Amino acid sequence: MSEVKLFGAWFSPYVKRVEMSLNLKGVEYEYIEEDLKNKSPLFLQYNPITKLVPALVHNGKPIFESSVILEYIDETWEGPSIFPKDPFDRAMSRFWAKFVEDKCSDLLWKACWSAGEEREKAAKEAEEGLTILENEIKDKKFFGGENIGLVDLVANYIALWNPILQDVVGFHVLTQDKFPNISKWADEFCNDSFVEKYMPEKEKVRLWLKRAVETGSLY
Amino acid sequence: MPVKVLDFWASPFGVRVRVALAEKGVSYESQEEDLFGGKSDLLLQSNPIYEKVPVLLHDDKPVLESSNIVYYIDETWPSPKLLPASSYDRSRARFWTDFIDKKVYDAGRNIWMGKGAEVEAAKDEFIDVLKKLEGALGNREYYGGDQFGFLDIIFVSLSCWFPTYEKYGGFKVEEETPKIAAWLKKCYKRETVAKSMPDSQKVIEFVGMMRKMHGIE
Repeated sequence: MSEVKLFGAWFSPYVKRVEMSLNLKGVEYEYIEEDLKNKSPLFLQYNPITKLVPALVHNGKPIFESSVILEYIDETWEGPSIFPKDPFDRAMSRFWAKFVEDKCSDLLWKACWSAGEEREKAAKEAEEGLTILENEIKDKKFFGGENIGLVDLVANYIALWNPILQDVVGFHVLTQDKFPNISKWADEFCNDSFVEKYMPEKEKVRLWLKRAVETGSLY
Repeated sequence: MPVKVLDFWASPFGVRVRVALAEKGVSYESQEEDLFGGKSDLLLQSNPIYEKVPVLLHDDKPVLESSNIVYYIDETWPSPKLLPASSYDRSRARFWTDFIDKKVYDAGRNIWMGKGAEVEAAKDEFIDVLKKLEGALGNREYYGGDQFGFLDIIFVSLSCWFPTYEKYGGFKVEEETPKIAAWLKKCYKRETVAKSMPDSQKVIEFVGMMRKMHGIE
């Protein structure tokens, strides 16, 4: 019998994509909510290098970094594929997943949290990334095609957290006007009957982000 | 199906692709890109978003990002296997690949691009990164265990720039992380590695030229 533990934080998009993957494969696991201000000794014992969530522990062996965890889950358990089977398609998925993180999500986050010139620069760079992404999702329901795949999971921040944060700080980079295809994808993704079971409540996220903006601290 | 690699002689990321293809015994055509004089149309078409090398073209289809390319090579030409056998060991290789990609080259660049006090801080950071990687090696022969493998390729390729970092940072890898220095010596004896690495003296000269271009010296 395999034993699976997931250390997470309810508000983390990285944790949520791992949770979705585990549920996609029908894996039974124990979820442990970590207080990131006060990390448990058990958690730190498993994860001394990055000290970040998510951390997956399978039969006592820890795995960290959400992208690494997703690939491990896909390889280890049967069920719908997260990564494509063909090596070239896999390479493209990996490329787009990294692009979404580096050139879209990270910059959108930065634009919301910074001010002045730094904000303008981040917003401009985010728009450049989003323009490329807009083209990539053009004729598709999901980045994975008919079904959700790796890139959709990695883009979860853009679908749920970003619109809320943009509202909270009053600075909108990703709008429906400028990016209709991405906005349509975001709706499809958030309203998907499987996905919506594993996304945090929008109101809870809004209150958390509002508090984070006021206090300057995420946790 | 033809294999072509768009490369630049001094690129440590290009080295990864050279070593991986050599380990698999795959023949390919190498196209040297002039990154300063003018990138080729093929490069700009194959990698329009980043316009960077290396790019692997397999039957004209482009694979981008050096770690991605090595994964692709391992999946496409099955023998010998570069990634470890167990999925847990593969997850460790992927974790450290991600760590290396995020930390090593940038920390090194901060050393040779840094001015004044920045250099000392950059050196400390680089050594800290190396120490973590030394911990990950433990007492094994290679990162792959008994055999030279995926993670060895990912890391050894960056070492052609180590003499450059040592020069501008004022330290020696052998003194700071002796296990890494010993592992490097072992890797350099391997023919696939030896023939894929650029001359480190030429890299130092190349970086000297880049420093002048950036107004650092």
